[in-house]
Amino acid sequence: MLNEQTILNKVKTSPGYPSKERFFKGPVAVIECPEEIPCNPCEEACPFGAIKVGEPITNLPMLIEDKCIGCGKCIANCPGLAIFLVNLNYSKDEATISIPYEFIPLPDVGEEVDVLNREGKFVCKGKVIKVNKGEDHTWVITVSIPKEFFEVARNIKPLK
Amino acid sequence: MKEAEITVIGAGPAGLSAAIEAAKYGANVEIIDENALPGGQLFKQIHKFFGSKEHYAGTRGYDIGRKLLSEAENLKVVIKLNTVAFGVFDKNKIGLFDQKDILISKPKKIIIATGASENPLAFPGWTLPGVMGAGAVQTMINIHRVLPGKKVLMVGAGNVGLIVSYQLLQAGADVVAIVEAMPKIGGYFVHAAKVLRMGVPILTSHTIIEAKGEKEVESATIAALDQNWNLIKGSEKELDVDLICIAVGLKPEADLCRMLNCEFTYVPFLGGRIPLHNEDMETTIPGVYVAGDVSGVEEASVAIEEGRIAGISAAESLGYISEEESEKERMKCKNRLKAFRIGPFGSPRQEGKNKVFEEYKRRTKNVK
Repeated sequence: MLNEQTILNKVKTSPGYPSKERFFKGPVAVIECPEEIPCNPCEEACPFGAIKVGEPITNLPMLIEDKCIGCGKCIANCPGLAIFLVNLNYSKDEATISIPYEFIPLPDVGEEVDVLNREGKFVCKGKVIKVNKGEDHTWVITVSIPKEFFEVARNIKPLK
Repeated sequence: MKEAEITVIGAGPAGLSAAIEAAKYGANVEIIDENALPGGQLFKQIHKFFGSKEHYAGTRGYDIGRKLLSEAENLKVVIKLNTVAFGVFDKNKIGLFDQKDILISKPKKIIIATGASENPLAFPGWTLPGVMGAGAVQTMINIHRVLPGKKVLMVGAGNVGLIVSYQLLQAGADVVAIVEAMPKIGGYFVHAAKVLRMGVPILTSHTIIEAKGEKEVESATIAALDQNWNLIKGSEKELDVDLICIAVGLKPEADLCRMLNCEFTYVPFLGGRIPLHNEDMETTIPGVYVAGDVSGVEEASVAIEEGRIAGISAAESLGYISEEESEKERMKCKNRLKAFRIGPFGSPRQEGKNKVFEEYKRRTKNVK
């Protein structure tokens, strides 16, 4: 059964998930792709060579932590919408999450939104700080949240 | 107009790719498709595709359709739309109906790329308006921009069920639940994760038992299944929905292969009865090739590679390309296919394909 806890356990043990130490160093890509499927656009999307799939194409994407600068280019390039960006050093009390977003209408910068976890349950309120046009109709929304939720916050409730 | 040397039936990813390859080497190719638009299922796929660069990974399905289509047009491939290939006779006469006349096409080679059709699911109330196949729902929301229901029950958690659920959410519907009779989700984790974080519950070991409604669907009753697939009494739940979307698998659309007396084998993991073919995509009837879902249900990127192989093989058999060169070109496609068919989802498909190839060898040897 997939729920927040089982999904978190599954992605945490995959090679695309950053270590605790890396999270504390600042913005980092969080690759939640724990199943061997034939796919590799993330590898090419990273300008810093921080994501490795290699051969065969079914390898799990590996995050090379010290090469990742947290630019977020991978987010909208992942066809599975499975890459997020977490910045634990946004402010003293707040972290940011950046998520791929394919719903309309888009939220506005400054808007307060409901932040959801991996099973769509309400986690906390968040404030939209960036709305970036990513690649080919995939937008990247960055939201500030209380730091403690950095590991569970992975979505925002679409606006109607 | 010059008569086509190769007739490709089906203008989806496999058929277009086959036509492109064969035309590239100089063959005179036509494609027949019963739909008003070419592209097969590609134009309703609004999500980005997986795979590698050679399979247009990261590109949305409709853009892949556009690319293949313009490539085919640049190579002067003739695409006859609104035309049904209703039968094949005497091994190379294809009966066509173009909504006006009945025509006979007599190509030297035939490539059958007719895709797959959806499996139905029967339950009390299944004929009510509001019970639809996932393919039709996808056509309505993504091509015609019509939302066929606001509160949806999705039946089936394979990739089709998961992807169409997400697209229904994008179109503004509320997906109340996804039920899956198997004890686990059949589709990719990332597709499941996408719908789960939108708050859609995926209920495994659950099935639909009834659709209720006066004139159209007003509710759906679901129930849990035990490990022997028996309904668990007392687990019934009635959901307030107005659309029940069925996504319980596909089977090869192989009627033309049957009319040709192609030999078949049974591979459940590839969708059931599969026309036997070799690694060059030729069936047990020489000069007749298959590619894409009709040769075993997989995905668009596989269909593209199989189409390329079939196109190269057909061009080679007409003398447009040497055996050596075609073998080299096919090998590139085959290597990419191999890389695709590993991992938890890929290797059962490779095993299924191996069975098809081996049986082809065995049966064609017996004939000779």
